Amino acid sequence: MIHATLKQLSQQLADKQVSAVELATEYLQRIDALNPQLNAFITVDRDKTLLEAAAADARRAAGTAGLLTGAPIAHKDIFCQQGWKTSCGSKMLDNFISPYDAHVIEQCRAAGLVTLGRANMDEFAMGSSNENSYYGAVKNPWDLNAIPGGSSGGSAAAVAARLAPVATATDTGGSIRQPASHCGVTGIKPTYGVVSRFGMVAYASSLDQGGVMAQTAEDCALMLNVIAGFDERDSTSLERAREDYSRDLAQPLAGLRVGLPREYFAEGLAADVGRIIDNAVSELKKLGAEVVEVSLPNTQLSIPAYYVIAPAEASANLSRFDGVRYGHRASEYKDLVDMYEKTRAEGFGSEVKRRIMVGTYVLSHGYYDAYYIKAQKIRRLIADDFKAAFAGCDVILGPVAPTAAFNLGEKSGDPVQMYLSDIYTLSVNLAGLPAMSVPAGFADNGRPVGLQIIGNYFGEAKMLNVAHQFQQVTDWHRKAPAL
Amino acid sequence: MKWEVVIGLEVHVQLNTVSKIFSGASTAFGAEPNTQASLVELALPGVLPVLNKAVVDKAIRLGLALDATINQKNVFARKNYFYPDLPKGYQISQMELPIVEHGKLNILVGDEEKTVRVTRAHMEEDAGKSLHEDFHGMTGIDLNRAGTPLLEVVSEPDMRSAEEAVAYAKALHTLVTWLGICDGNMQEGSFRVDANVSVRPFGQAEFGTRREVKNLNSFRFLEQAIKYEAQWQIETIEDGGKVQQATVLFDPDSGETRMMRSKEDAHDYRYFPDPDLLPVRISDEQIARVRGEMPELPAQMKARFVDAFGVTPYDAAVLTGSRALAGYFEAMATASAQGKLAANWLIGDVAARLNREGKDIAELPIDAERLSGLLVRIADGTLSNKLAKQVFDAMWDSGLSADVIIERDGLKQVSDVGAIEKMVEEVLAANPKAVEEFRAGKEKALNALAGQVMKASKGKANPAQVQEILKQKLA
Repeated sequence: MIHATLKQLSQQLADKQVSAVELATEYLQRIDALNPQLNAFITVDRDKTLLEAAAADARRAAGTAGLLTGAPIAHKDIFCQQGWKTSCGSKMLDNFISPYDAHVIEQCRAAGLVTLGRANMDEFAMGSSNENSYYGAVKNPWDLNAIPGGSSGGSAAAVAARLAPVATATDTGGSIRQPASHCGVTGIKPTYGVVSRFGMVAYASSLDQGGVMAQTAEDCALMLNVIAGFDERDSTSLERAREDYSRDLAQPLAGLRVGLPREYFAEGLAADVGRIIDNAVSELKKLGAEVVEVSLPNTQLSIPAYYVIAPAEASANLSRFDGVRYGHRASEYKDLVDMYEKTRAEGFGSEVKRRIMVGTYVLSHGYYDAYYIKAQKIRRLIADDFKAAFAGCDVILGPVAPTAAFNLGEKSGDPVQMYLSDIYTLSVNLAGLPAMSVPAGFADNGRPVGLQIIGNYFGEAKMLNVAHQFQQVTDWHRKAPAL
Repeated sequence: MKWEVVIGLEVHVQLNTVSKIFSGASTAFGAEPNTQASLVELALPGVLPVLNKAVVDKAIRLGLALDATINQKNVFARKNYFYPDLPKGYQISQMELPIVEHGKLNILVGDEEKTVRVTRAHMEEDAGKSLHEDFHGMTGIDLNRAGTPLLEVVSEPDMRSAEEAVAYAKALHTLVTWLGICDGNMQEGSFRVDANVSVRPFGQAEFGTRREVKNLNSFRFLEQAIKYEAQWQIETIEDGGKVQQATVLFDPDSGETRMMRSKEDAHDYRYFPDPDLLPVRISDEQIARVRGEMPELPAQMKARFVDAFGVTPYDAAVLTGSRALAGYFEAMATASAQGKLAANWLIGDVAARLNREGKDIAELPIDAERLSGLLVRIADGTLSNKLAKQVFDAMWDSGLSADVIIERDGLKQVSDVGAIEKMVEEVLAANPKAVEEFRAGKEKALNALAGQVMKASKGKANPAQVQEILKQKLA
């Protein structure tokens, strides 16, 4: 049963083959057994989970259930959830029990999804390896020596290890796609503004976007139907008619124009990853897709632009963690400034501090134009690149990361090397586009590799269609690690 | 050396919206600490600001009244600094693209009219309050005020004296209360003034180095602070010193300004556009709607009062000091057809009595139409000014009309020549010494005799006629 997809589980629940409490109990047992080695969850609360499950069963009995009522889910520890510790992977919020629900959590509760626990993550979503969590690194279920990717490493590891059928996640510079790729699961980051950021602890507000991970594209579509939609509490949430993201899943791909950006297949891409992407493209061609070459000439600039804009926004977003109202406060201090300094020195990890310092620097008087304004101009160029590319194709395909998952500790001492591995994911966030990672094969070292599908604005249904059709003719997404 | 004082003002105008600028929390003053702080004001992780559209309408109102440019795209920015009553660690304000720019406000100093240019007005949120008194060795934080909408109105350094600065501040205060966008309560901090003050030798083109005097919450303090600060700067320079750019505080008890922080300590606020809020877009239709909802402005009304009612520009300025006073005047002047008299009464006796009773024009117990009945009786000679004052007080106390009181108390002015002649003759007969003195050239004696006649008439004799008849009889 733990290998069942969300869609299958919801069918079993509807058919009364299993109850929500039984399902939750089974997943909780598996979490108990495997989480000690994987560290995918920060918080598990059996009583709370079973209470939610019992409520879901009551809804099923009362006939007020929705499609997914009773199905279990893991939530990235970045979404505020009433009554649950919402740590964001940080010591700063280790004592923070949220008094309110994020929009995404509200939507999941309304749908009757049962919270299995809170997934581990890089502190404040800053990282590409999940080694930056106050609660320790998450292990890749395919290889315990490998990183699971980040920042949504806990969500990806949980889905890959079948500790949860689906998980919420967020993506600021690749934090859904890269761990999904490294863990062999399907992940979707929607168009900026499709999922409300209300209640999502902010890292870089203009880039952050909530999304989901699951085994299949079809499950991602079901989950997107739950969490997407306008929310007046987020001014950047887009006021659009609700859509059914699974509506186009079955569409044939004949005539689909697939763009391959020259820059994504150049120097720096590992040969085995390149081969896997080529094979995936061949599969799509067999399904009737036409391949066109496109160019995204400013791809290289996405790294410096991102690592100016994201830290700049983060430096302000994280100022609220000052020890005054909630969260960590230093136990001894001699005055206000000392309290601030000690609290923040103790509460934040080194990567968070690094980005706050970079962000503070680039916004400083005299440097603002040279860094922040310039980065914004690059951002516009990158968006223009995509606009030009999409004039000739329906979706863009490429790798998610230059290599399969690297080893734990391999890059943690070299932040620049770590940043460079985000080369294929950052541009999408800078442009605000939707993108996915779909399991596409295994690298020479046996670790999973994902195919990135980038859609045009609001092209989620089209991307999901491509991913679903791909999954009809491949079985990479059905493979599970031996644990 | 002769020195010129140069002043620019930054005024924080608290907008009187029902809820806060970025949340639905109430803005009411005086509630228990932290009861009006929502998740947004507490700056919990994950919360986001949502702009209260009423704030934009009010800002447009002021912009139109200042004859300013309304920036139809304007942008909120984060102003970063750490302070315990600033929960997010940044204030949401506007920097590069404020909602209002390039306005102007006319002020009257003595008889001289002057235009002060308004550089900009931008929307921002207020901070909370730090309470140092109530907690031993600790600081209390009250976030009720956090998120209260403010318009910061910045003038050009166009003022050249404390009097001009006060006139500008008063004109702006009148305008924002007139427009109904601010309650104007200075004690509660609804209208707070910072003054940038510098001095330079007369005739010098460049400005001197300025110091900013913070948080002046009354017009009197504003005047005192500028005078003290300007004098301090002049003395510093004359003693061979240099003025250093700084922020200073005014101490109302000592009447002095003292250093708060020097330029070296100045924050780098690291402004950047707030990514949580989209640029504010204002359509032509929105501007037209706000314009349509606006009352007639004090400047227009002032000009109209001079034209239509023949009052002096000075009186018109006083009468347009508030919308309530202007409305009262207009109703009274129209009903009585006595503009000048209405102005004199409102600025004189009515103001005096209100002042004595600590009341506002809105609390005047006599309505404009009833009070205009008094003016009619003055104009037609029924009442002397002295009697009119008596009738006015009786109207205030009893609520009766002027005519009823005149009738009831027999206060009609005596203008019957025969009756006055008779009284004059009696007074002349009884005061031979005064008659003697007058005839010897002592003009003052006439007034004494007139006073005696008025006394004999119990104040009812028409004073002009008394003078005239006295002069005839003594000729």
